[in-house]
Formats: sequence, structure tokens, C-alpha cells
Amino acid sequence: MLEAIIVLTLLAVVFGLLLGFAAVRFKVEGDPVVDQIDSLLPQTQCGQCTYAGCRPYAEAIANGEAEINQCPPGGETVIVALADLLGVDAKPLNEEHGEAKEEKTVVIIDEQICIGCTLCIQACPVDAILGAAKQMHTVIKDECTGCNLCIPPCPVDCIYIKPVETGLKEWKWPLPTHNEKEPQS
Amino acid sequence: MNGRKLWHFHGGLKLDGHKPISMQSTVEPLPIPPQLVIPLQQHIGAPAEPVVSVGDKVKKGQVIAEMQATVSAPVHAPTSGTVTAIEERSIPHPSGMSAACIVIDTDGKDEWLDDRKGHSQYHLLDPEELRILIRNAGIVGLGGAGFPSYLKLQPGAGKIVNTLILNGAECEPWITCDAMLMQNRARDIIDGLNIMRHAVHAGECLIGVEDNKPEAISALRDALSEDEKQYIDVVAIPTIYPTGGEKQLIKVLTGKEIPSHKLPIDIGVVCHNVGTAAAVADAVIRGIPLISRYVTVTGTAVAKPHNLHALFGTPMDFLLQQCEPQEDKLARLIMGGPMMGFEINDRQTPIIKTTNCLLTMQQQDITDDQPVQPCIRCGQCAEACPAQLLPQQLYWWSKAKDFDKVQDYNVFDCIECGCCALVCPSHIPLVQYYRFAKTEIWQQERDKQKSDRARERHEFRQYRMELKKKEDEERRRKKKELLKKTQGDKKEDDKKSAIEEAMARVAAKKEQQSAAPKNTEELTPAQQKQIAEADARRERINKDEPES
Repeated sequence: MLEAIIVLTLLAVVFGLLLGFAAVRFKVEGDPVVDQIDSLLPQTQCGQCTYAGCRPYAEAIANGEAEINQCPPGGETVIVALADLLGVDAKPLNEEHGEAKEEKTVVIIDEQICIGCTLCIQACPVDAILGAAKQMHTVIKDECTGCNLCIPPCPVDCIYIKPVETGLKEWKWPLPTHNEKEPQS
Repeated sequence: MNGRKLWHFHGGLKLDGHKPISMQSTVEPLPIPPQLVIPLQQHIGAPAEPVVSVGDKVKKGQVIAEMQATVSAPVHAPTSGTVTAIEERSIPHPSGMSAACIVIDTDGKDEWLDDRKGHSQYHLLDPEELRILIRNAGIVGLGGAGFPSYLKLQPGAGKIVNTLILNGAECEPWITCDAMLMQNRARDIIDGLNIMRHAVHAGECLIGVEDNKPEAISALRDALSEDEKQYIDVVAIPTIYPTGGEKQLIKVLTGKEIPSHKLPIDIGVVCHNVGTAAAVADAVIRGIPLISRYVTVTGTAVAKPHNLHALFGTPMDFLLQQCEPQEDKLARLIMGGPMMGFEINDRQTPIIKTTNCLLTMQQQDITDDQPVQPCIRCGQCAEACPAQLLPQQLYWWSKAKDFDKVQDYNVFDCIECGCCALVCPSHIPLVQYYRFAKTEIWQQERDKQKSDRARERHEFRQYRMELKKKEDEERRRKKKELLKKTQGDKKEDDKKSAIEEAMARVAAKKEQQSAAPKNTEELTPAQQKQIAEADARRERINKDEPES
């Protein structure tokens, strides 16, 4: 009886030490799941998910605080990818957070109306608006993520949404559309 | 020469060639059309940048758009005239979209640029100089892909070219422009081959021609000098579609296979089209840039199918009119062949560097509108695939939009030859699914790049804000400290001085109190006596007081 207790205690101590050592020696910096989730999100930083950006949302998903269907810019693609990654069932986009966009958009500033208040510059999460106080502002269209966060602060409503210009490089072959005849049973 | 061992590639199809109908007559130079529309992108890579403006007079062979990137090609004026617009016009592309074009109203004089310079002694030139000549002549692969040729003549450090192959297979049905070129310009093709051989220091040269073009083969063989026969071999290869695919031709001629994601140069082979070779000869020996090409106009809806020598920018309709089109029967116009070509909806679309054929079809020839049935897993597509892929699997995964899986099944090794779709008994448009998957994957890659950049910018912004916040705080703290310190100093000083003053006052008082009267020194004896008397009196009084 005593022997058994001693042996088990010893074993427990040995394995405890081993685990403790491994936890220190092989410590993983950061949370790889958060990184993986973050890499799937569209990085518009629009905040429609109710979090302050894509990374906070990724952290919330990793902690089980948020659902995977709160990202309207990512749409179905992101939901499916997240479901794949996390091994959960994909679900339709939660419409409370906004509707999935049919096409990508950017914003454009009407430079005639802009008064140079810099409010939009402060709102832009990716520094895609150039300008200075009392100077005209303009959007760097290649950097704009289409989050539309700059629109509400504008006091003169000079920021408009427009679809992303697509050239030959962006052109995609459509998925063939035809109705396959169902096999006769 | 005929004893050369040949190999076979996997799959492929024997197709009805329909070639003789467009080879009845000789190649006719096309009259100069009143207006040329020259797209800035006629090749793979970045579009060229215009170097002329509206209103400029241009001469034949003048550079009108310069290349701005490594993978690009300059564009030259095909004839003399005036630039009347630089704007978006419809271009030959499966999307049917428009792109920037330079529009030239021709003057009919066809005046050449004056400083045209040829180099008949090309073997004295450095390979680098040859590459620059070829690059500046705007030469791109004329077989169909339009990859800038000078890049393919640049083997790179440590790469040795054992075999230089000229592709004269022209495996697609109906097309005969290369066949006519080989018959008419065999000597130029051999010259071009010699120049390319010099540029890449190749050993053996092979010209692969399908055996359904015996005239072309004999023309090329006749053009060879005794010396050239030592290193150039014109090889008749079996007519199997798609032998004209680069990888397939290399396999047939050398037995070597190009690994996935590798280039022919990685196995010591360089492959060019015969048309490209003729263009290289023009550019280097005669100083003529790439401004025109042979185009086959054929099919069932033209009465006079034949080859034309057309300037780039010529509207397709202008070519059709030369071949007596049967307007009532013309149901579809295709650029390229029936297997890999695509439909052109706007007949004003111009001829570009990669336009080898205009194929007209009547309604009865159109076969791709048959009802699509479910896949029965017969496996015929896999048997036909010349790239040894699994078309069924690619089809499933493309349809399911599972692009990781599509890539696992090597969709990017698909050459879109269309064999699988042709043999499919269920008439599934398989190639369209692969094209869909490919462009979707490219889009995803672009999106990924963009989101990565957005993340970087967002993180940098956050870092900057954080830094600014910290700096602000630091500044505030410092300011506060400074304020505190200066105030504190002042207070302390005040306190100190107050204490000192008080101390001084106390000390002074003390001194005053403790000090003997100042008038007790250096007294005269009389005064001393007086004091003593006074003291005595005081003592007496003090003594008396308690008594009284």
C-alpha cells in the first residue's frame, strides 16, 4: 500500500516536472489560433462585427465570445473558411451586422466640397486618406478597404461610395451556368 | 534524319484538320485600312505606355508605346498616319471588355521611319545586343500566348540550353497561318532560328512540324544549307492534337517532361514559334519591328477562306470583307481555333500580335450548346488529357468552389486544350470550370495580398497612435514635472529663506540679549566707580526687597 502511494507520488512529481519544463521550454508566443483566424478575415477594419477591428474580432472568436457569422465584408467565403478552421458548422451571415456586399467598393472624396476638416483622416483605419487641416483630402483608392467608416464623420457629406474599378487583370471567367438534367430514376 | 526517335505524350486526340480549304490561294497582303486601332496590351504582362499624343504624325515602324516593365513589349506604328485618339476600344479578349488603344488614321503613304538599321552580320553581335534588338522590336510569342520573346532568349545564370525547338506543329484544326509562313518564308525562319541559337548558345536545333503539312516540311528542308543540316533537324511529327502545346512538343521531340511549376529552360530546352523566328529575322537583319502577321480567315461562313498578311490594328471586319463573308450564315466569329479560341462579338475588334486565325461558324457547326448531362464518371476525359490530370476531380472541386483541392489536383498544369470537354459524353463544359477556378484563385490571391497590406497599414496605424499617445503622455508628464519642480523650488526657496530670516532674527535677538551692555568697556575710572556704585545700589535694593 505504502509502496504504491510512494510510486504514484513519484510518478506524479516526475511528470509534473516534465510538463512544467515543457511548458516553459516550448512556450508559444502569441495565440496561433488568433493569427489563423485573423489571416482569414478581410481586414477591412470596418467594425461591423461590433469589435474594434479584425484582430479584436479574431480574438473574440478564439475566446468563444463571438460567432463566426458577424463579418459582412467577408461574407459566405469567410464564414466557410472559419468553419473549416475551427471545425464548427457554417451558418448564414448574421444580418444584424449588415448585408454581404455584392461587389467591392471604395470611397471617393468630392474634392470640390471637401473643407479639409481631417475628420475622415482620423476615422480611416488603414491610413488611406491623404490631406492636412484646411487642405483638400483625397482617398488612396488602392489602399481603401471599403469600410465606409469615414462617411459618418464628414460634416459636409462629400464622401461617396463607388464600386472598385475592374480591368482586364481583374476579370474572371464566370462559373458555367447550365441546368444539369437530373438522372432519370 | 528521318530515323529520329520520337516520343508520345499522354492522351491527345486525332481531329479533323480542315486545313486545305484555307491553303488554296497564296497569302495576300491586305490593303491598308483607313483606320488602325492598336491596343497597348497585345501580350502577357504589363500594358505599354503611349509615347505619342493625339494629333502626332507617326511613320511606319515608329515606337508609339514603350514598355514600362520587364514583362512587357513596346508597340510600333504599323503604317504612317496621324494619331487621332488614345482611348478605350474593344479588344480581342474573352471578356469582351475594352482597353486603352492608340487610334491611327492612316495616310496611305506607308512611309517608313528613316533610321531603320539591319544587322546582316548578326553572328558578330553579342547575345545581349540581340536580345535588346528583339525586345525593342516588340516581338512576343506569335503562337498564341504572346509572352515577350526576349525573356525566353535569356536563359539566366547557370542555365545551359541544349535544345532549341521551333514550334511549327500548328495542331488546332482550321488554322494554317504557320503552315503558309513555313512554305513562303522558310529561309527567314531558318535565319531567325540561327539568331536565336546564337542568343542562347544552343547546341541542337529542332523544328517540329506535324506530318499533315508535307509542303512546309519540304520547304524548310530545302532552305537548309549543308552546314546548317549539321545542327538543324526538321522533324515530321504525328498529327495529334495538342502537339503544338509547348510541353507536349518538347515531350514528343526530346522525351523529356517539364515538371509541374517549372519551365522548359529548367530542363535545358527553349521553344519558340516559327512565326516568332521569322519576326526575329525581320527585326535583326532588316530592322523591321513586329507590325504585321499572317492571319488565317476560314470557317464555313466565308466563301473565300485564305491567309492574309494583316497589319496590327486592322479591324477584323476588314479581313472578313476580303474573304467574302456569307452574312446570313455567319453565326459566330472566333479568334483562334475551334478548341482554344474565344468568341468575338464586336467585328470592329482589331487584329493583334496573337491573332492567328479568324474562324467563322454557321449555326449548324456550333456544338457547345448541347444539353449538359450529369457526369457518369466514364473517365474518357482523363484518358484524353495531355497533361495527365484528372479532369473529373478538377470538375467536382471547381464546381464546389473548393479551390485548395483544385490546386491540389494541379489545375495550373491544365493547358486548356479542351480535349476533355470534347470527349465528354455528357457535354460538360469542363474547360470553363477550370478557367473559372483559375481566375477565382488569382482573385483570392489578389484579395489576400490586399488584406495583408490593409492589416499591415492598420497595425502600423495602431502602433503610431499608441506611440503618439505615449509621447503625449510623456510630454504631459514632463511638463507637469517641470511645473512641479519649478514651483517646488520656489516654495522651498521661500521656506528656506523664511527659515533663514527667522533664524537670523532669533540669532540677532539672542545676541542682543546675551551680550553685555555695549557701554561697559574702556571706561574711565570715574565711570567705573559710578558703575560699581550703581551695582552696589542694585544689590542693596535686591537685598532689601525680600525684607520689605
